[in-house]
Amino acid sequence: MKRAKRGAFREKRWILALPMYGFTIVFVACPLIYLFVLSFQTRADIWGVIPEATLENYRDILEPVYIKTFVTSIQMALLVTGCVILAGYPFGYFMAKLPPRWKKNVMMLVMIPFWISALIRMYGWIIIFRANGILDRVLMALHLIDKPLKLLYTYPAVVVGMVYVLLPFMIYSVYSSAEKMDWTLVEAARDLGASKVQAFWTVTFRLTLPGLLSGIILTFIPSMGLFFVADILGGNKILLIGNLIQEQLMKSRNWPFAAALSVVLLILTSAFLWLYQTVTRVRDLEGLL
Amino acid sequence: MGILQLNRIKKQFAQTTVLSNIQLDVEEGELITFLGPSGCGKTTMLRIIAGLETPTEGSVILEGNDVTFWEPEKRNLNMIFQNYALFPHMNVFKNIAYGLKIRGIPKKEIARQVAHALEMVRLEGYENRKPSELSGGQKQRVAIARAIVNNPKVLLLDEPLGALDLQLRRQMQEELKRLQKTLKMTFLYITHDQEEALNLSDRIAVMRDGRLEQVGTPDEIYNRPKNRYVARFVGEANIIESQQGWIAVRRENVQVSASPANGAREAIVLEKSFAGGQMNLRMRLSDQTIVTASRYGINAEFEAGQTVFVYWKPEHAVSIEP
Repeated sequence: MKRAKRGAFREKRWILALPMYGFTIVFVACPLIYLFVLSFQTRADIWGVIPEATLENYRDILEPVYIKTFVTSIQMALLVTGCVILAGYPFGYFMAKLPPRWKKNVMMLVMIPFWISALIRMYGWIIIFRANGILDRVLMALHLIDKPLKLLYTYPAVVVGMVYVLLPFMIYSVYSSAEKMDWTLVEAARDLGASKVQAFWTVTFRLTLPGLLSGIILTFIPSMGLFFVADILGGNKILLIGNLIQEQLMKSRNWPFAAALSVVLLILTSAFLWLYQTVTRVRDLEGLL
Repeated sequence: MGILQLNRIKKQFAQTTVLSNIQLDVEEGELITFLGPSGCGKTTMLRIIAGLETPTEGSVILEGNDVTFWEPEKRNLNMIFQNYALFPHMNVFKNIAYGLKIRGIPKKEIARQVAHALEMVRLEGYENRKPSELSGGQKQRVAIARAIVNNPKVLLLDEPLGALDLQLRRQMQEELKRLQKTLKMTFLYITHDQEEALNLSDRIAVMRDGRLEQVGTPDEIYNRPKNRYVARFVGEANIIESQQGWIAVRRENVQVSASPANGAREAIVLEKSFAGGQMNLRMRLSDQTIVTASRYGINAEFEAGQTVFVYWKPEHAVSIEP
């Protein structure tokens, strides 16, 4: 009797998954389809779109000014990802090696900024970067520079802002890989004749690679679209894909063109993901895919 | 002078002393066992020899060199870890080849030596398996092959059979013995299992609370325990106070009779139990000392509560330090 009941439950378990499928269809699949359809439509003169099929939007993207934006974005994403790797990998790695009590505290420190909106934190960087701001004053007080650097609204300021926003993702994914490491493996490597450096590259690095690789994905993809960082710290001087889309959508009200740009960005990031997986041949990314 | 000397080794972690005054001379080609309960410092001792820890005081001399502060990779010895510590991202071949590859040995030579090591541990044909696809016993064999392929002067084994079941353990004990004889390698073995130590070793070093209690051949340790602790820990001997002072008497040497014999002491039978193919008879002497006798089946005639008489031959009573 009981068993029969349980069997019936097992058969109907798929019902529990329904809300999840429903959510995915309504909030992920439908908007994507809408975006795709929109990108082939014509802009109306004042407001909205005319349901008239056209390839005009995609042809526009091929104009040099827009191509340049894509190139700038990819360059920026690569640079930001590189910086995040250099800062985040060692951070996550050493965090995993801390004694348990310290581990908790440091993890907390990394997490606290998340309690405040990233947008507001960007305004914090303005105070630091602006002419005669905190950074300039500190550097001048230390006699490292003679006149203000005026970093605000420059390329480096945007890079720093992006690295700042994305760094925790790298730290956490490297950390969760390194945390699972069996450190006796490193001792075994040393015992078998490996130096500290050799043991790191042949054992530790290889075993934390899944964390590093998923950290790279978590950094690279968002850094193509983080328009508000370029907006706030870059002024109008640095235009990334994200800014362009936002501008077309909100200011120019050219929805179809914004949709076309989004579709291209989507295809581009998917292509990068595919290329990346093919090159690294990694399937077991840390907590991803 | 032997191949490895431990000179007055002391190790302290914060306030606790883990090892104190360890003095030992290991002969080339012998199989010596550190025997002691968990937490007695034997693993720390092994890690100091391997170079994974440094002693607070004292020195480790390997082949005449003071290696106390040498990096682990510089020492001509290898260790087999308790959890095997096989590299999960490498297959069996690469695991075994690791040490050779690090030392820059040509590929062909590596292939030859790995094949030989696999043959030694009887794992031919497993080259391409990942550690996760192996059973406990097979992992153990890979760990052994990975160490011996480097031809170390001394092989350190940290409870290598601890995770295996009894039958496999016995079998691996025999294989380790065979391997050690064939390779003529010095084995430094750690275990908490006295039976394993007695079975395997040329010499046993009994450890307690970071000190060496007694070092000797299995025969010496078993038949001439120096003190109460060794007598108890190895073979659970009876410790009895006699007119000659404290003595240790092996269970199998305790005779029991229903009628008073010359020099026999009166006792009350407390319990009769059957363990490991033999009958154990637990008795209480008049001075409250508990004495256990174990002989195959012969005590079956006695019942709990009965008054009996126990005695032993003078040559079976070993004087021990109080």
